[in-house]
Amino acid sequence: MRKWLVASVSAAALVLPGAALAQDSIKIGVLVALEGAFAAGGSDAVRNIELAISEAGGMAGGKAIETVIAPTDTTPDTTIRQARKLVEQDGVDFVVGPLSGSEGIAIRDFAKTVPDKVFINGISGALEMTWVDPAPNVYRFNLDGAQWGQGLGSYVVNEKGWTKVASIAADYSFGYTNFLGFAVDFCRAGGEIVERFWVPLGSSDFGGVIAQMPDDVDAIYLGMGGTDAINFLNQYDQAGADTNLIGGTIMADATVLTSRGRAKEALVGTPTSGAFAPDNPDPAWQEYLAKYRAFEGDEAKVPSLFGVGYHVAMLAAIQALNEVEGDLSNGQEKFKAALAGLELASPLGTITLNENRQATGSVFVTEVVEGSDGNLEAVFKARQDGVTQTLGLTADEFRAMGLPSRDTPDCDALRGG
Amino acid sequence: MRDFIAKRPVWSAIIALVLAVLLWLVLAPWTEAMEEAFGRKRVFLNAIFSGITLGALYFLVAAGFTLIFGLMRNVNLAHGSLYLLGGYLGFEVVERTGYWLLAFPVVFIVIAALGLLLQHQVFRRMEGEELRQTMVTIGLSIVLADIMLWIWGGQSYTILLPDWLSGPMTLPIHSGYDRSGDVAYLRYPLVRIAILVAAIVIGVAMWFTLNKSRLGMLIRAGVDDREMLTATGIRIQYVFLAVFGFGAGMAGIAGIVGGSFQSLSPGEDTRFLLASLVVVIVGGMGSIPGAAIGALVIGLADQVGLVYAPTYSVVFTFLIMAVVLAFRPQGLLGR
Repeated sequence: MRKWLVASVSAAALVLPGAALAQDSIKIGVLVALEGAFAAGGSDAVRNIELAISEAGGMAGGKAIETVIAPTDTTPDTTIRQARKLVEQDGVDFVVGPLSGSEGIAIRDFAKTVPDKVFINGISGALEMTWVDPAPNVYRFNLDGAQWGQGLGSYVVNEKGWTKVASIAADYSFGYTNFLGFAVDFCRAGGEIVERFWVPLGSSDFGGVIAQMPDDVDAIYLGMGGTDAINFLNQYDQAGADTNLIGGTIMADATVLTSRGRAKEALVGTPTSGAFAPDNPDPAWQEYLAKYRAFEGDEAKVPSLFGVGYHVAMLAAIQALNEVEGDLSNGQEKFKAALAGLELASPLGTITLNENRQATGSVFVTEVVEGSDGNLEAVFKARQDGVTQTLGLTADEFRAMGLPSRDTPDCDALRGG
Repeated sequence: MRDFIAKRPVWSAIIALVLAVLLWLVLAPWTEAMEEAFGRKRVFLNAIFSGITLGALYFLVAAGFTLIFGLMRNVNLAHGSLYLLGGYLGFEVVERTGYWLLAFPVVFIVIAALGLLLQHQVFRRMEGEELRQTMVTIGLSIVLADIMLWIWGGQSYTILLPDWLSGPMTLPIHSGYDRSGDVAYLRYPLVRIAILVAAIVIGVAMWFTLNKSRLGMLIRAGVDDREMLTATGIRIQYVFLAVFGFGAGMAGIAGIVGGSFQSLSPGEDTRFLLASLVVVIVGGMGSIPGAAIGALVIGLADQVGLVYAPTYSVVFTFLIMAVVLAFRPQGLLGR
């Protein structure tokens, strides 16, 4: 008898709040990695979502916003399980997330099984998510890995005068994709890629590879991140090599810039590109940065790539909900239309979506300098607005080039065209 | 050595031939036809040298591991944690005092003391219970990894090298011709040469201790037949303590070396545990020359693979292990 009582009371406790609020609130599921390598970025993403909601006064389209956080560990199967839980058990209205590339591809496929729910990407950067067989209910307001490389190529050719490079990058999907963005831009600006080296993810000893670097190049493109990058820089320095470097998007991220020791010093003066620049002078960015710092209570804190991505996704959701006055009826049709036609004024500049529901937006070129406290930081150098999914090519040209791989893109063909 | 040549003349001849060809490839200038076929000589030399120095690092880690296993039949799965802890402590010492060499004795003593503590307080209580020991060492490695994450955080550390060790040096080995047609000599990171020399010195010292000293005699006897050694009245617990302390200290020193020419971060502990397991399996459990040969083979496979077949370089290491397990399960020099 007592068991029954406890069971029914807890069941009621679980059901009641949902039932009571269902009428006048919007329930948003947040898929975010809170375990594994990106856990720190994931918790920053959660804070940024809270910031966006509190900025909107906790309301969107005249209804109260309620969030359900579903933690993942960046593996696709956990992500699918959590997404299913959000949709089936928690009964969320739509989902914001996920965080990593392979999760994004998994969610694209899962989204096709629940066409009535909208999925707004968190910060997954996989090109395939919105390019290969995209799901009609997946919207991505951040740029993908290839777009993040755009702008850097023409910057090094025009500003630095480096026209002959060799590349060394990690041998996996993001390595290819990010390099493709750089290479397309670089080759079209007249650059030449002499040699490409691909090293397995997680390599720690690059002595043999460093020896292979040709000496008659202007710069070496480095498409590695985290510890791989640090090991490379350390050994590059020890081998006495001193060619200019060009960094891929994850080369000069916080992991490398905040590492301890001398390895990273080889990076000073290296141009790199990515989704944001911490010292971007744009008033919209500065306003966001001030709000973020006030919200975090830390005057010097810099948001992570993940945090910024989730923030923008949430802004998009709130703005679209306001436009349709919270109307999610009829398979969320109005909401979908509003998202697709959104002209989002974000801290990163104006973002619009193309026919694949993929963002067109700005890429920021930064350069690594030594900061006042001995740490390295990336300073804003240039921005390229209106970077499209096809990197300024037509969709057919982009498709003809092929999906990113070790040998794609063909530099000579791009320079000729 | 002489036994081996007498027993297996064919294998000895093959090994001698391979070594001679390698030596010739390293020392002789390459003709254009050879550069055409194998790529530039500089690249080949760098791959070989990187492989040997990486092997030297693996040897430093695996030597202690194999001794502990050979003597105590104890698979210490916390060995990788001792490596990483040694590296972090080395970083702190170098950061505070500025003396790179000072880190070695300090770390050796601290990590050896930790090893003694582990042996005396933990493993002695479960002697002969392999499963329990294995479980306890896994548990310890997880606890240590989390403590290290707590103290040093998730970022990467590289240990600052002294000026006299940074930068490259020129070796008297012919590496090709420069643009003006003069003979160019191989330029190679000085620190790697230093690591190689240090590993050889340590290896030779270990070999002498094992083969020429009374302690070495006790250890060898213990590896062969522990019960009989105990029965002759030797206090085997002291021998165990000495070996465990030494093995742990070696892992700590290897941590400084690894932190100086690679980097330290969470996860390196399991990477090096795995590397030393592979090295010890290939070389033969409990054998110091076996560990040296195993480390050399794995290091060379890793680097030569990375240069000439980057896609498959990860596979080579484990392929070698699988082949050794299939045809010589006791390891190359195991008994």
